[in-house]
Amino acid sequence: MAANSTFTRVDQGMGHKKIDLTINIDTARKILTDFIRSEISRAGFSRAVVNLSGGLDSSLSCYLAAEALGAENVLVLCLPYKSSTPDSGEHAKMVIEALGVQSLTIPITEMADALISRTPDMDRVRQGNIMARVRMIVLYDQSQAFRGLAVGTGNKTEILLGYTTLYGDSAAAINPLGDLYKTQVRQLGKAIGIPQVILDKPPTADLWLGQTDEGELGFTYDEVDQLLYLMVDQRYRPEDCVEAGFSESFVRGVMERVRRNQFKRLMPPIAKLTNRTVGYDFLYLRDWGT
Amino acid sequence: MKLTIALAQINTHLGDVTANLEKHMEYIHQAQASGAELIVFPELSLTGYCLQDLVPSVAQRASVDDPVFRPLLEASQKTDMVVGFVDEDQRHRFFIAAAYLSGGQVVHIHHKAYLPTYGLFDEGRFFAWGDEVRAFDTRFGRAGILICEDFWHASPPYLLWVDGADLFLFTSASPGRGLGKQPALESARWVEDINRAYASLFTSFVVHSNRVGFEDGLNFWGGSTIYDPNGELVLKCPYHEEALLVAEIDMNQLHRTRARLPLLRDERTALTMRELDRILGCNRQK
Repeated sequence: MAANSTFTRVDQGMGHKKIDLTINIDTARKILTDFIRSEISRAGFSRAVVNLSGGLDSSLSCYLAAEALGAENVLVLCLPYKSSTPDSGEHAKMVIEALGVQSLTIPITEMADALISRTPDMDRVRQGNIMARVRMIVLYDQSQAFRGLAVGTGNKTEILLGYTTLYGDSAAAINPLGDLYKTQVRQLGKAIGIPQVILDKPPTADLWLGQTDEGELGFTYDEVDQLLYLMVDQRYRPEDCVEAGFSESFVRGVMERVRRNQFKRLMPPIAKLTNRTVGYDFLYLRDWGT
Repeated sequence: MKLTIALAQINTHLGDVTANLEKHMEYIHQAQASGAELIVFPELSLTGYCLQDLVPSVAQRASVDDPVFRPLLEASQKTDMVVGFVDEDQRHRFFIAAAYLSGGQVVHIHHKAYLPTYGLFDEGRFFAWGDEVRAFDTRFGRAGILICEDFWHASPPYLLWVDGADLFLFTSASPGRGLGKQPALESARWVEDINRAYASLFTSFVVHSNRVGFEDGLNFWGGSTIYDPNGELVLKCPYHEEALLVAEIDMNQLHRTRARLPLLRDERTALTMRELDRILGCNRQK
């Protein structure tokens, strides 16, 4: 965990019983690989492109895509910025070599800095968002060039907390990980054979030196996953979560964070004028006709 | 009497009736080659499940005049079948429907009476509610059809039982949900538990045909089953894979189970009716 990070840890209220988030690995693996194969082929494709940071989530997406489509049909992109830790690149290389997938390394420093350098002392959140969105541009460009669909890497925890850059790392054609909490991504990643060093390192967006998810969020994935599971999956009311042993400030803080970030989970609302409007009463699945 | 049943656990094309009909015909021919006398397809097997605004464009009338039903009815000369479709009635209401075809005739049509409109489901928005639960006679005995949410409620199976059904034909397009430690999803375990319970409580055969495949992010888990009147599993299809499995059931098991366990003989329908009258009458007075 992020022992060296300096942050104010929210009192999570550690008095609760451990909530077991264990998933059946074989069932998860079967559904997720079938999902990737089904949804990519129904869209008329047979290949995938994945942005690989060298972290756990993107590594798992690469493993699942390679298992679903065959390594030869997966293009993995490594898109380092000048401040990316060298470890990230090393870890990404381990994944690429283990899977035998195709890969491209395209440094994004020049592209990102072209914009960043226009603003003196740009704050690091803006810089981080620019990096995430430049990576999205490269991902979709390679998607077109490779004739493969972009496979996403966002997990349920970060989707619920809104810990993601809109139209940046959240952009993808399909997302196999979006209903797995971070701790469940770790279980599946471990079982599927992701290198131990990737499983063990503190989760980070790697947008600036020393950044860790848990440092930024102010709580651990282990704790927040248990709380989110009660709130979202089990439909506990806030007071039920407190009764279960989570601190009230933690519960309120997480609930507010989930509420505030709903906009990142939806398409932009369209102002309705006519009798039939996309999103309201023009309703078809993506798989329409396939 | 023996009856050979085929469970057609198929994936479907969303809104592509022609492609789905083609698959039906392939499965029917395979089932016929395996000696099946009855083949059961899942809910909305001719159309796909999450139809939303596609509903009006995939609707059929179950008759020989219909180009989709014509080949199915021809095939039913040889093999009885249950197929799932969208039924558009004379007044253009759309129902989730299942038809029992036999000897070139439409023997029975069931309209789904419980439309789940909660959680991930939105059926009540797009479909009309069926209003009847009726058993019907087949060449294998009296049967009844229910569609998915219909048998999540206890009353429709009970009504079929009292109406004489010994063979329950259940169809589903059940989205998988509830991943935990166990290999089977919660939704799968729930359906298996209740189907086993219905077979045991009603000392009847319970046949369940569920689909597989994906529609966007929804997975359909398959796992179609047949339970006998003792609640014993006769046949189970794999989870998440297309399958055509055939099993012979022995209708004489009804005699043996009910000789041992006369739940049907002792069922006090008049008591049930009286109490329902009282309960519902009371509510009306409030």
